[in-house]
Amino acid sequence: MQPSPRRSETILACEGLRRSFGDLVAVDGVGFHIAAGETYGLLGPNGAGKTTTISMVCGLLARDAGEVLLEGRPLDTRTIAVKASIGYVPQELALYPDLTGLENLRFFGKLYGLAGHELESRVDEVLEVIDLTERAGDRVEHYSGGMQRRLNIGLGLLNRPSLLVLDEPTVGVDPQSRNAILSSVERFREQGLAVLYTTHYMEEAERLCDRVGIIDHGRLRAEGTRRELVAMVGERDRVGLSATGELEAAEAAVRALSGVDDVSRHEGGLDVVAREAHRVLPAVLAAVAGAGGHVTSVEIAEPNLEAVFLHLTGRALRE
Amino acid sequence: MRGILTVAAKDLRQRMRDRSAYVIAFLVPFGLALIFSLTLANVEEGSFTATYAVVNRDGGQVAGSFVRLLEGLDFVKLRTAPTAAAAERLADDGDVSAAFVIPAGFSASAGGGGRIDVITNPDSSIGGVVARSLATSFASDLNAIQVSVAVALGDHAGTPDPAELAALVERARTTAPTATLQQDTAESRLFSSTTFYAAGMAVFFVFFTVEFGVRSLLAERESGTLARLLVAPIRPGAILAGKSIATFVVGLVSMTALVVASTLLLGADWGDPVGVALLVVSGVLAAMGLTALVSSLAKTPAQAGGYASTAAVVLGLLGGTFFPVSQGPAFLANLSLIAPQAWLMRGFQELAGGGTAAEILPSVGAVLAFAVVLGGLGAVRAGRLTAR
Repeated sequence: MQPSPRRSETILACEGLRRSFGDLVAVDGVGFHIAAGETYGLLGPNGAGKTTTISMVCGLLARDAGEVLLEGRPLDTRTIAVKASIGYVPQELALYPDLTGLENLRFFGKLYGLAGHELESRVDEVLEVIDLTERAGDRVEHYSGGMQRRLNIGLGLLNRPSLLVLDEPTVGVDPQSRNAILSSVERFREQGLAVLYTTHYMEEAERLCDRVGIIDHGRLRAEGTRRELVAMVGERDRVGLSATGELEAAEAAVRALSGVDDVSRHEGGLDVVAREAHRVLPAVLAAVAGAGGHVTSVEIAEPNLEAVFLHLTGRALRE
Repeated sequence: MRGILTVAAKDLRQRMRDRSAYVIAFLVPFGLALIFSLTLANVEEGSFTATYAVVNRDGGQVAGSFVRLLEGLDFVKLRTAPTAAAAERLADDGDVSAAFVIPAGFSASAGGGGRIDVITNPDSSIGGVVARSLATSFASDLNAIQVSVAVALGDHAGTPDPAELAALVERARTTAPTATLQQDTAESRLFSSTTFYAAGMAVFFVFFTVEFGVRSLLAERESGTLARLLVAPIRPGAILAGKSIATFVVGLVSMTALVVASTLLLGADWGDPVGVALLVVSGVLAAMGLTALVSSLAKTPAQAGGYASTAAVVLGLLGGTFFPVSQGPAFLANLSLIAPQAWLMRGFQELAGGGTAAEILPSVGAVLAFAVVLGGLGAVRAGRLTAR
């Protein structure tokens, strides 16, 4: 892929998205924005409203209220030209199994207005990105599950989108393919794409997303970087020190450090609570040593998004 | 337009890769037309042949007149048998379709009481029916002449002389009727069995051939590719239009191939090519309309296939694609007009009977009306599949 310049401008801005199905309010007042080169994660359990939200963002689903702007242009189900800037990777394998990989790519490329040499060169580029050049002439029904997943993503890249929308692309994927997909998404961000990524896997959101929106029961409960979210709910890092020697003196020395919120002593060492464990760790180690303690091991536990979700919703992500 | 053609080309490519499409669109209808036409070829006018035996134990002039009648028929091969038992054996062995036994004294008793016995071969029901018909017809002629003579000569004339009666029979047979009833309605124009079944199978199966249109839309919704299409920068209507074009092309190719193949390989005579083209085009459109409407009532591709097949079978049978409905009860013939297939068959029948394109315009109009009404409703319902 040709790298795009990394930009700071907002690619996607949506406000007050709302959609009901009968009496069920699937999405209620969701809004967020994504800048170029930013990966935004919508994290929530199944049925939280993630797919409904991105369906409205892509112009696939009409909304009851709210607004979507893509590169400053309004987008809904009736707008045609604006959709050309979206790359969409649905959760299901949306492929034609009786066509070859090449034919799938050419078909969708033509729908996006590509033709002739431009179409062929773009198809070749995408085949290279998804590592399917060798098997491009085979029917998709003969591909492995991982190859089909890669092609599913490749189809979303054909039109050089400014916004790439991936709807839970790793559901039902083996660990090896999953890792390959996550690496691809990391590369897209590096290439300057704005990426909207939905998942109910906390690990994926933490690895890929610059910012995360936590969605539950159709509402965006919180939004920000992982650290901002953690701070928002008051969760703190924990440092476990296995130590011997003068532990009582060490406890007092650590408690006096700036950035340390709490210290507790037990038979095998100290437990330290801090806002940013990595930042205070050198001072903690120095204080323990200075007080006559001998640290034998260190373990840092940072609060994760699972804890944030639990705090915000009162239930676990996978419930 | 580009999006429409792209979708149409993709759907056509998929259909070409589906072997079952060739089976439904061509092989099965052509195969059935071939089987039916071969099976029923012998009942066609001009091609029916039968071997009959005759046992002439009378030897008189009236009996001779009947034998000469049989000898004069192009489709009859006549052989003689010495006795009724020998004739029965010939029939039982399948050597003849039927045997006529003219009893001794038949000519002498022609004034009343004489009759020709017919022994039939059970395996040749049509030959037997024709034989009985010939014997009955001859007896009727004989009776009619007797009555005529009796009336002409008066009550005192008595029974005419057998020789005189035979001469009258011969003369009656060879005299042109003074008045005839010319039936020239659409119903009376006869298909050859080959043309009838070629047309019937083409009409019957085109409703199966085109049913993939809306079904493929449901399949795309189920597989997720429809969502991908709807996110692409094309109008939702372009998806429907592209699929409709692909469906039309497949239906048109299927019917045209059957017309050409049945003409070249089976000897079917479809009639005026312009009229045939009009019926083929309107038939494909009506089939698309019907299957689109019926399929759009379904929620899954399998359900759509079931609905469309049921409609195609019921309306196909009602529409007379397998059996001429006109030969059934009048209410059935009237009821059949709710099926576009009936109008198509009526049009093809008129063309095969020598009708012109102009003469079948009412049938074409009726079929197109089905296409517009059913297709319009089907398109509205199918459009809901792409609206969210």
